[in-house]
Amino acid sequence: MVSLDQFKQTYITECFELLVDMEAYLLALDIDAVDTEQLNAIFRCAHSIKGGAGAFGLDAIMNFTHVLEALLDSMREKKVKPSRVAVDMLLKSVDVVTQMVRVAQDNVALPDGFGHELLEQLKGLAAGSGIESAPISGNSSDEGKESKENIEQQRWHINFAPHETLLATGNEPMLILRELERLGTVEVMAFTHRVPVLEELNPTCCYIGWSIVLNTDKLEDNIREVFEFVADHCDLTIVMEEAKPPEDEFVADVRSNNIKIVADDNPARSTQSSSIRVDLEKVDRLVNMIGELVITEAMLKAQTREFTEGQFSDLMRGVSELSQHTRELQEAVMAVRMQPVKSIFSRMPRIVRDISAQLGKEIRLVTSGENTEVDKTVIEQLGDPLTHMIRNSVDHGIESPQVRIAKGKPEEGTIHLSASHRGGRIIIEIRDDGAGINRAKVLAKAREKGLIAADSMPSDEECDNLIFLPGFSTADVVSNISGRGVGMDVVRRNIQGLGGIVQVTTNPGKGSLFTVSLPLTLAILDGMIVRVGAENYIIPITNIIETLRPKSDHVKRVEGHNDVINVRGDFVTVVYLHRIFNVTEAESDPSKALIVLVESGQKKMGLVVDELIGQQQVVIKSLESNSDPVAGVSGATILGDGRVSLILDIDGLKSLCHGHAELEAA
Amino acid sequence: MAKKVLTVDDSKSMREMVSFTLKSAGYEVVEAEDGKAALAAISGVKVDAVITDLNMPNMNGFELIRNLRANPTYKFTPILMLTTEGDSSKKEEGKSSGATGWIVKPFNPEKLIEVVKRVCP
Repeated sequence: MVSLDQFKQTYITECFELLVDMEAYLLALDIDAVDTEQLNAIFRCAHSIKGGAGAFGLDAIMNFTHVLEALLDSMREKKVKPSRVAVDMLLKSVDVVTQMVRVAQDNVALPDGFGHELLEQLKGLAAGSGIESAPISGNSSDEGKESKENIEQQRWHINFAPHETLLATGNEPMLILRELERLGTVEVMAFTHRVPVLEELNPTCCYIGWSIVLNTDKLEDNIREVFEFVADHCDLTIVMEEAKPPEDEFVADVRSNNIKIVADDNPARSTQSSSIRVDLEKVDRLVNMIGELVITEAMLKAQTREFTEGQFSDLMRGVSELSQHTRELQEAVMAVRMQPVKSIFSRMPRIVRDISAQLGKEIRLVTSGENTEVDKTVIEQLGDPLTHMIRNSVDHGIESPQVRIAKGKPEEGTIHLSASHRGGRIIIEIRDDGAGINRAKVLAKAREKGLIAADSMPSDEECDNLIFLPGFSTADVVSNISGRGVGMDVVRRNIQGLGGIVQVTTNPGKGSLFTVSLPLTLAILDGMIVRVGAENYIIPITNIIETLRPKSDHVKRVEGHNDVINVRGDFVTVVYLHRIFNVTEAESDPSKALIVLVESGQKKMGLVVDELIGQQQVVIKSLESNSDPVAGVSGATILGDGRVSLILDIDGLKSLCHGHAELEAA
Repeated sequence: MAKKVLTVDDSKSMREMVSFTLKSAGYEVVEAEDGKAALAAISGVKVDAVITDLNMPNMNGFELIRNLRANPTYKFTPILMLTTEGDSSKKEEGKSSGATGWIVKPFNPEKLIEVVKRVCP
């Protein structure tokens, strides 16, 4: 038995892709003007899933998709109208099959009767058209044949007279005779009386016939099977010696149900590019090696800086070419890990559809820039925050149809989800034409929760962004739809975790715009190199707010706590990097050093450093593969001069400096 | 010399399975993802047999079979179509397009080898 298990993973991946496609096609289906091509595409998805399911013995999937396929087929034949109810049911089927595939992937058993109810509904829908789906025969037919093998030798008389057309089907009588030989012993006699004279002979036609006597212990079905492909192109009689009436041929053909074939030319899938599947590990190794190469190149380049003009000119030219190629190579390799955001965007129409139906809102989701690419890891972690933001827009942003009409807006609300590249980052925008943020309410809520000082008067922009504060979301602002236990603060934290920024601007009464800006890759970071004593550290640019040199009286000592600095009325904890990392010969007087104001979440800190060296893209090297996690440090990089420099983890630093203060106070 | 078989299917897993099974039986295999790709694939090499799915984008199995039969090199080449049980009308259309025979899905490796050997030993 040839084992096919090694292809199961490919099949499962393929199923997920097909299911996503199927869902997209279903959502795009206009039930008032059904596009046959789209139905064909949906049918093909179900068909392909079913085909593979049989091969891997995934009966639940096969049985389910079989019914699905039958229903879709009758839709193609216009026997069943693809009503809204039917489309909903098909969408549910996509969920059920997705679940089944997931279960198959984990090699666990499905709960009894899983999807059964839906299956019955689908059957009912298909039955409404008056056609029953043909039962699946699977492999049972083969078993039947082989189990009844042990019968006595019989003598069969076979007359096989090919029509002249037989050869044109690609069949070859010679092979058929050989095949018969495998069933038993044969005596063959050829009839050549139909062979014309040479001038009239067409070499592409078959004129010879055969009379065969076969001794075999096999059944008539086995013999007929040999002639299966040529049955239409020959006169065939098969008679057992004690004459037996011939059976009906090809019972299966009776089930003919007139399937119409429509030319398959689907523009939606023609953009499919030729691609290969590569193990992610291989790509990551490549990315890693490129990182090393970039560092080596930077080191080489740093060496050549000491040369005087005209010295080693060939070497200099080589180095400059090397750096150019390295950069191109780096971009190319990073591009391998890049994927279009389509994979997340395509989930959104369903979410909008489901929630707006629950809320009784009419919402149209427009997406653009689906082909914008971003690193795979970013894609994977972007799904949740994006889903939450979309839910939020549907729930809070877009008003109910009545309210919209009263406001003179179109009844149907629009959410525009778009992605684009801007300056080495990907920008994702969610724009709705809903009510916008109610600033008065937000402000009141923030004051009530003590998130801002009672007397502070934030600007409109600051006010809008208050919704990202931890603890802002409350029961009376958030319904059970976008509530789900996470607020916008979690969205912001997730996005910051990816090195991104999220902001909102609102136009009261007209709508809101959420903007997410993310780095294209997590392997490279925009960093500020700072010097502390003789050491260099990297601060992620996304964390930096500003840099300042305080006057000595701006920094205040607080007994038992960290020092604080007054930044325009805000008291910010001062963190002396040289104390945390035990660096000697560093400037400890903030008024002689610099303070880099950083933020993580809503907490700000002032990091005391000696000097800013400059901004640079650095390749992130993980420390954790070589050592235990180091608090306050997220990774390391190697600078052009070959020195290792630590990348600061602002979140980690925050908790570290609290511990530090307590330690000093003790 | 090993016989060369072209397998045409838009499902990668199906192609891989057909390919793997045939290779294990000593065939050489060429893969194509639809009818168009199949025609492109045979422009440089001569294959001894073709196994094609019927439902495919760009160019379906029937068109592929008709195209192959119109090509003098492939006039008599065995062409097997992959079809499902109960699709007798498809089987008929396949036959009238010039298919040599058919393989009924679900895919079964032993059956595949048996059928391929029958038309292209």
